[in-house]
Amino acid sequence: MALLANNRAFILFSGLLLVAVIVAISVPVKWVVLWTDALIFALITVILGSGWLVRNKPYLLAPWRRVLKRRLASAALVVLLSYVLIGLLDSVHFREALPPQVGSSEVHYSPHTLSVLDKLLTPIRIQEEKSYSAPFAIHLFSKESTQREDGTTVREYPRLQYGGAHLEDIQQRQTDITHTLLMASSYSLLAWLLLSALIIWIMAQRYSLSYRQQVERLVRGEMELPWRTLLLTLLAVMLFAFVAMMLGVKYHVFGTDKVGQDVLYQTLKSIRTGLVIGTLTTLIMLPFAVVLGVAAGYFRGWIDDTIQYIYTTLNSIPGVLLIAAAVLIMQAYIAGNPELFETMEERADARLFFLCLILGITSWTGLCRLLRGEALKLRELDYVQAAHAFGVPQHKILSSHIFPNVLHIVLITLVLDFSGLVLAEAVLSYVGIGVDPTMHSWGNMINGARLEMAREPMVWWSLMAAFIFMFILVLAANLFADAVRDAFDPRAQH
Amino acid sequence: MNDVLLQVNDLKTWFEGSSGTARAVDGVSFEIRRGETFALLGESGCGKSMTALSLMRLVPEPAGRIVAGSVLLDGVDLLTLPEHQMRNIRGGRVGMIFQEPMTSLNPVMRVGRQIQESVECHLGLRNRAAKARVLELLDAVGIPDPQQRYDEYPHQLSGGMKQRVMIAIALAGEPELLIADEPTTALDVTIQAQVLELMAELQKQTGMAMLLITHDLGVVAEVADRVAVMYAGQIVEQASREQFFSDPQHPYSKKLFASMPDIEKRGEKLAVIRGSVPPLTTEFSGCRFEARCDYSWELCQNSVPQWHQQASGHGIRCHLMDEVHHGRGITHHEEPEADTPQTTEIPDQPILKVDGLKVHFPIHKGLFKRVVGHVHAVDGIDIDLKPGQTLALVGESGCGKTTVGKGILQLIRPTAGDVNFENIDLTQLSNKQLRPMRGDIQIIFQDPFSSLNPRMRVADIIEEGMIAQGKGGSASQCQQRIDELLQQVGLSPEHKQRYPHEFSGGQRQRVCIARALAVEPKLIICDEPTSALDVSVQAQILNLLKKLQQELGLAYLFITHDISVVEYLAHQVAVMYLGRIVEQGEVEEVLNQPRHPYTQALLSAVPSIRESKREKQRLSGELPSPINPPQGCHFNPRCPKVMANCKENYPDSTLLTESHFVRCFLYD
Repeated sequence: MALLANNRAFILFSGLLLVAVIVAISVPVKWVVLWTDALIFALITVILGSGWLVRNKPYLLAPWRRVLKRRLASAALVVLLSYVLIGLLDSVHFREALPPQVGSSEVHYSPHTLSVLDKLLTPIRIQEEKSYSAPFAIHLFSKESTQREDGTTVREYPRLQYGGAHLEDIQQRQTDITHTLLMASSYSLLAWLLLSALIIWIMAQRYSLSYRQQVERLVRGEMELPWRTLLLTLLAVMLFAFVAMMLGVKYHVFGTDKVGQDVLYQTLKSIRTGLVIGTLTTLIMLPFAVVLGVAAGYFRGWIDDTIQYIYTTLNSIPGVLLIAAAVLIMQAYIAGNPELFETMEERADARLFFLCLILGITSWTGLCRLLRGEALKLRELDYVQAAHAFGVPQHKILSSHIFPNVLHIVLITLVLDFSGLVLAEAVLSYVGIGVDPTMHSWGNMINGARLEMAREPMVWWSLMAAFIFMFILVLAANLFADAVRDAFDPRAQH
Repeated sequence: MNDVLLQVNDLKTWFEGSSGTARAVDGVSFEIRRGETFALLGESGCGKSMTALSLMRLVPEPAGRIVAGSVLLDGVDLLTLPEHQMRNIRGGRVGMIFQEPMTSLNPVMRVGRQIQESVECHLGLRNRAAKARVLELLDAVGIPDPQQRYDEYPHQLSGGMKQRVMIAIALAGEPELLIADEPTTALDVTIQAQVLELMAELQKQTGMAMLLITHDLGVVAEVADRVAVMYAGQIVEQASREQFFSDPQHPYSKKLFASMPDIEKRGEKLAVIRGSVPPLTTEFSGCRFEARCDYSWELCQNSVPQWHQQASGHGIRCHLMDEVHHGRGITHHEEPEADTPQTTEIPDQPILKVDGLKVHFPIHKGLFKRVVGHVHAVDGIDIDLKPGQTLALVGESGCGKTTVGKGILQLIRPTAGDVNFENIDLTQLSNKQLRPMRGDIQIIFQDPFSSLNPRMRVADIIEEGMIAQGKGGSASQCQQRIDELLQQVGLSPEHKQRYPHEFSGGQRQRVCIARALAVEPKLIICDEPTSALDVSVQAQILNLLKKLQQELGLAYLFITHDISVVEYLAHQVAVMYLGRIVEQGEVEEVLNQPRHPYTQALLSAVPSIRESKREKQRLSGELPSPINPPQGCHFNPRCPKVMANCKENYPDSTLLTESHFVRCFLYD
């Protein structure tokens, strides 16, 4: 039965893969894999692969179950996953084919790299105004001189090109917004009900209950996992998505920035940057930290001395200084070798990747120290001694006795570090040594807002949008990290 | 004046957990009279400590709460007192000592300050007066040179000293009742004897009452006036010491006595109590001991036994005491297992011959890690062990017995000396050459919780050694062998897919034994394999080890500090003191006619449930540091019979009989 189930999953998976490949080939675009894209997909593969490996290991699954059983953590997980979904959509890049030129059969591709998310957000992406406009505004933020039909010049707030352009009468704005809001809410509710119905049907099949019984169990909160909370959070997320999209097409929900770009689009694009920094940095530092930390603790002696020497030295250099120096070198290198990068996006991506790298190199010491201490403790434990007494080879002792028993520390650190790194990006970009200025990121948005805040009246919406999105991500990550730490920390059990 | 100091009525403390309500204390009633010592006896997990914490209202809230009952101290109910008054009771009228002296003291505060805090708080003394009182207290608990100790930090004191300081803190408030929660469990027998004696003496001086919580029948026999036996949250028997030790009534108490290893039970199987203490989350519909009781019948399952108070003061909670059922016999008989006497001739050739084994650990100091000295953990040890025999290595903690085990296994490479196993000197082999020999010598550790990898299943744990040693053959043969091994150690083959955390301490120790047996060893080094277990479980493991020795002809090097286990199991005994063997011989010779003053003191310090024939002999002081062993005989600073020569030279071994030797100038 299990084999059959596995086969079914396998067939499903390979089928999906096949469809994806066919779609990818048939669409007339040139697919672009940026460095960070490649790493993100590698990371996803690793996560799915380890999920596949631990599916039959109860002791590895049990702590995750404990995490999911906490209502707050599972709600945070839904929020995190929706961020991840946006980030992933934003990580599939391509260049569109330009309309064929007359007399040439060669296909030329656009110099702009787009992502699937860009494509989905097309109306919002291309609806660019002239300059600043407030959220839901119909007019520009500042007065401009315009010529009337009768030839007189007046200074007035010109109508926006897109925001509320469909309105005949500007008095209708309020009713239009309310109407759209209601429509969006009912659509999202409908979609949510369909999705919930599907989920409940699957669960009812699995527990072989009638549909009605399953609904009752769920509503009363009698499920093992807090499905009620999960579904309600999902409703909130879907509500937001529908409202933002349906209003976003008609208005600038978060206003526009200096060059008239929609701020909602910017913050959504910033999600990928934040996630990349938060995850890839830890991914890069992980091998250093795990190998060096465990080696130092387990082998002791001169190996320990050397590794300790390295990380003590590295720790004593101010991190910001090291990052600034490295980023500046990278900047100079990119500027000196323009032929290496075909598009602007590739250049910005290279800098992002490099930022992750240097953040990783400066931040592995903390985890390394923790792992060294743990390995020092483990090597003296009786079961390791017993393995020695059996003549078990060193590499086997490391892989089956030491490594599995430090895994929880790695995981806890990983999740705890995530939100710190997202915030670090904002700070570094603010200082001017973060990601490329052309790249959408919360740090850049906040940096730009520095000047906007000084205007009179104040332009507050860029900062607020960046703040809200970053705040929700970091809060969800922290709540989730807390639950992970509680579930995996052996001292907190029993 | 009322004679009863503390009266506990139907006390209930429950814990809300994820697996239901744990009734840690479920209707406990007893009373303590002024000046008497009341012992609460029971296995781990029976709610003894929780009872004590409930008396002091120190139950960890909100997980636990006192649900019902009353605790009357001189007629005042402590459970209804407001918190600020309770603070005056704690440490004031009721003092408390905990088990672990290492963690009960604040490591960054001077010892004197810690006692003074309590003195200032409860006696209202200040400055000079308070310090003077602290010095008095330090003196009273037998700490030499109080003036100097006052300014020391806890890490500068030894374990026994710390426990004395804890006692001093408890005494600072001049309590009427002292609650001592396993006060000597973490200490060595000689130190335990000192501390127990001190407590008895203080009690005589101050007239305070004492509630002693312990699992050790021996300690109870030494100091208690009255005894209550706790089982699964309830008191099942309560009696005066004389009644309890001469005529235990409850089947559980009887079994406890029967499962104590003892020299008189050599050659027989120890009685065991089946299974283990039921989880306290169980809803009991009958007697809590029913599942493990030899006398149980269906009434025990269905009806809760009542408390029977006899005129003599003896109380029992058992259906056997009901008038109608009086005198019912045993309903469960243990499998009568013929104890096969050893018929195999013991070959003369020793399987293990250790000559002059020394393990010294260098002490590094300074920037360049220069070697500034050595810890002489093992300092010249000779051992001969024949196949099928058990040699017990006895000594206090810190004397180097565990290091001997690891040195023989080459887990720690010896500094000097030979370890000949079947005439091959293991110390001369490289790690690679050693690997095929590893299967022949195996080790069982003390702590069953740290000796199994929590991330591996039992089958993988047992298989690990077989794979490393290339034993067990194909995969299916391997699995078959694992099943056999599990059955051999009294587990069932279904257990092999489980993880260690699903087992109790005793079961884990069985898994450890199965793991060791998997590679077909000839010698097993047992490093205190039962000291972390309860008495009833200890009996199971000892029986198993004995059975395996008879079936497989194994040789054991049994490292222990527990003399009763030695009496029961060992053929030969070697007594270690500070890295050297001071006396060695056949078990009867050494235990019945101990010659070395240290052996004599060690034996007399062991608390015994029988009236001791041995004359009481108390050692002063503690084990010296193995970094700077005393000049001459290592034992001379503590020896009651010290002579001039002892301070100059280390005595050679003197052969008393063919098998018995001692290293002491008294017999030169």
